[in-house]
Amino acid sequence: MKHPGMTNKVYNISNDVFNWSEDNFNRASEIIKKYPNSRQQSAVIPLLDLAQRQNSGWLSKTAIEKVAETLSMSYIRVLEVATFYSMFNLEPVGENFVQICRTTPCWLRGSDKLTKVAKEVSNSKLGETSTDNKFTIVEVECLGACCNAPMVQINDDYYEDLDEDNFRKILIDLKNNKSINKGSQIGRQTSHPKRGNDA
Amino acid sequence: MPTITIDNKKVEFENGMTVMQACELAGAEIPRFCYHEKLSIAGNCRMCLVEMEKAPKPIASCAMPAGDGMVIKTNTDTVQKARKGVMEFLLINHPLDCPICDQGGECDLQDQALHYGFDKSRYQENKRAVKNKHMGPLVSTIMTRCIHCTRCVRFSTEVAGVDDLGLLGRGENAEITTYLEKTIDSELSGNVIDLCPVGALTSKPYAYKSRPWELTKTETHDVLDGVGSSIRVDTRGKQVLRVLPRINEDTNEEWINDKTRFAIDGLSKQRLDKVYIKNDNKLNVADWDTALNKIKDELNKRGKENAIALSGKFTDAETIIASKLFLDGLGSNLYDCRFDNAQIIHNESESYKFNSSIQEIENADAILLVGSNPRWEASVLNARIRKAYINNNCKVGVIGPDLDLNYPYTKISNSLSGLNDIKEKKSEFSNIFHNSKNPLIIIGTSAINNSEGASVLKLCADIAKKLPNYSNTFNPLNILNQDISRVGSLELGFVNKYFDKKFEENIKENIKINKPVIFLLGLDEIDPKNLEQAFVVYIGHHGDLNAQHADIILPSPAYTEKTSTFMNIEGRVIQTSRCHNPLGEAKEEWKIFRVLSDLMNCDLQFNNLNDVRKYLVDNNKNFLQILECNNTSNLSFASPEVITEHTIAYNISNFYMNDSISRSSETMANCTNEILNKAKAS
Repeated sequence: MKHPGMTNKVYNISNDVFNWSEDNFNRASEIIKKYPNSRQQSAVIPLLDLAQRQNSGWLSKTAIEKVAETLSMSYIRVLEVATFYSMFNLEPVGENFVQICRTTPCWLRGSDKLTKVAKEVSNSKLGETSTDNKFTIVEVECLGACCNAPMVQINDDYYEDLDEDNFRKILIDLKNNKSINKGSQIGRQTSHPKRGNDA
Repeated sequence: MPTITIDNKKVEFENGMTVMQACELAGAEIPRFCYHEKLSIAGNCRMCLVEMEKAPKPIASCAMPAGDGMVIKTNTDTVQKARKGVMEFLLINHPLDCPICDQGGECDLQDQALHYGFDKSRYQENKRAVKNKHMGPLVSTIMTRCIHCTRCVRFSTEVAGVDDLGLLGRGENAEITTYLEKTIDSELSGNVIDLCPVGALTSKPYAYKSRPWELTKTETHDVLDGVGSSIRVDTRGKQVLRVLPRINEDTNEEWINDKTRFAIDGLSKQRLDKVYIKNDNKLNVADWDTALNKIKDELNKRGKENAIALSGKFTDAETIIASKLFLDGLGSNLYDCRFDNAQIIHNESESYKFNSSIQEIENADAILLVGSNPRWEASVLNARIRKAYINNNCKVGVIGPDLDLNYPYTKISNSLSGLNDIKEKKSEFSNIFHNSKNPLIIIGTSAINNSEGASVLKLCADIAKKLPNYSNTFNPLNILNQDISRVGSLELGFVNKYFDKKFEENIKENIKINKPVIFLLGLDEIDPKNLEQAFVVYIGHHGDLNAQHADIILPSPAYTEKTSTFMNIEGRVIQTSRCHNPLGEAKEEWKIFRVLSDLMNCDLQFNNLNDVRKYLVDNNKNFLQILECNNTSNLSFASPEVITEHTIAYNISNFYMNDSISRSSETMANCTNEILNKAKAS
């Protein structure tokens, strides 16, 4: 299963520089303040997340080192955390990081078809980034929204009750920078029973 | 005391012990991979599972605190089955390359698989393969063999104090590595090889050299630094193949530094194995008789009462006493051991010993380092300072240039004058220091190798006397000598006031006037230019700097080739054992002086090693008790001196190549290139 969050390699771009944006620097200071004295290093996960968001969805060598320096940790300690959690991507990803759930409930409800659609629209393989840098498609295990299966996560949001057609539309809209609706694609309220055709 | 029942046997245990330690008290052996006495508890290998009454499933005994009234079973079917299960999981991804693995024959996994392993595998899938990692010139890695016990990670973080190693990824993708495969930047890095329970981390210089059962193992002591670590030397024929630490809580705990472990290839290079005499500016091979008679002639010609003897870094106590008695017989007292110009207070053993003992460092809560870089001068001792920092939050103050220590420190000054501030409680650190319960002063030779050295000692003694822990039985004043020979030589009075203050200049002066015969007992730390007009007899084992300029070279055995006595920095008497016969024609130094004494008619009375040792004990009673040190705390030389501005320069520039043995070692040259020079470049 190829996944930019599941590698132990550090991706290095030459002459890459990572500095906290002013906004994020303030946020980082706020986050660090939440932890008791001498336990500041506990902020490593939120700070890595912040760095990932600033660095278009992935952690470069310099970003990891910046987090380490911010928390006075050694590089290897931060890298241990970054490689442990698959949420931290260690390779560049596209604008839309599409995680397709493939665990049993979603799979029974047709997640394979979603994967096929995603590959078609993005014209890329699983775990790779499309040439236009719009998509990185990966398969993941259960994301915990089985009642509205099949579902995918694109960046921070869930898209549920998908089928080939509405998923294709979502992807094409994303490709064309159009706005799309989050959540259930058939108007379901959270995880309520689907109205109308349930027997 | 609380009691615990282990296999129907009741044992008392101390509070704070783990179930595993309690089991050991009861004599029940628990298999383990990740647990190590000197490291923090990880509890990730699961090999130490035992059954606890009322617990639904087996517990990891290494991580479970023992409790009063617990009932533990270590030999039931359940336990056996659980351990078999753990072993089966460990072996799933472990390669079957034992026949080519350097750990073969001394591998924890191999041994325990014999007891707990299944005889066949039920695993049909492919084994995982992991890329090998670069960790520097000393540690070779075959990472597919790794079972992720994380001992190496815990060692480097906790003991060595370098956050270099880590465990990346998780589950099947877990890998041990250094950050971007950089070299481990520690003098203690070799210890991860011993810690590794499998063959994942092995010794690079020893790779594919030998099997453990082919080696002759000799328990002896190290002489490459002042600590005198307990080691085991493994030899095959006349070749020293490796050095391993032995446990000695007094000195080295379980660790040794990389120089002790890896400089041994220097023992077979550049060796002096024949007698040489210089004719027409060329050293020619000669025989012992000719050489000794030539020395006799020269002694008579140049005046035997002018003869000088200077000891080097590895000079043992037997050599010291033999040469001293010989020179006394010739009517000369021009012998000395302070080639680095370190000053002492004569007849005060507190002025050159590590008085508090190395073990006491663990209890310290404040340490003042005066002109010392303990990381390089005594790496295993430095690990104790780090331990004190971790356990007692020990505050360290440094008088001297900036250092790369593996614990935080407060810089007081570059100059020795910082001592005045400490005495007068002027600086912030001096308040911390004086208000702590167990402060120690550690003075390096770089602080006392100048004409003011004696004043520094006196002032430090004055400060030490006023410390709260100073008492009749405890002396917080410590001098950290770098060489194993120093304390022994000084204890035997191998020292002359004539050479005080300016050692080399005094030697040079003396040679200019008397043109004497000078015996260099393996001394390479003196400028040969200063010896030009003397008749130089070099007695040693390595063809280093001064041997080339000698008029006569007499070969002597190195520390692995003779049984000899040393005193470590604390004044602890240690003995080395002969691991193999000396190379070539080498003879022990005391034998050489015995023959010379016959030629010179000065009648030395010893005929064997025991006789020499009798003289040793007669001269100094402290040599009577092996592995003991009798230190006193009589600081009568204390006086409140004022130190003038004097900038310290550390007198050790390359940890890896600091003596004639390590300078001949290829491994140490690689370390210099890869570790030191790289660090300098970046």
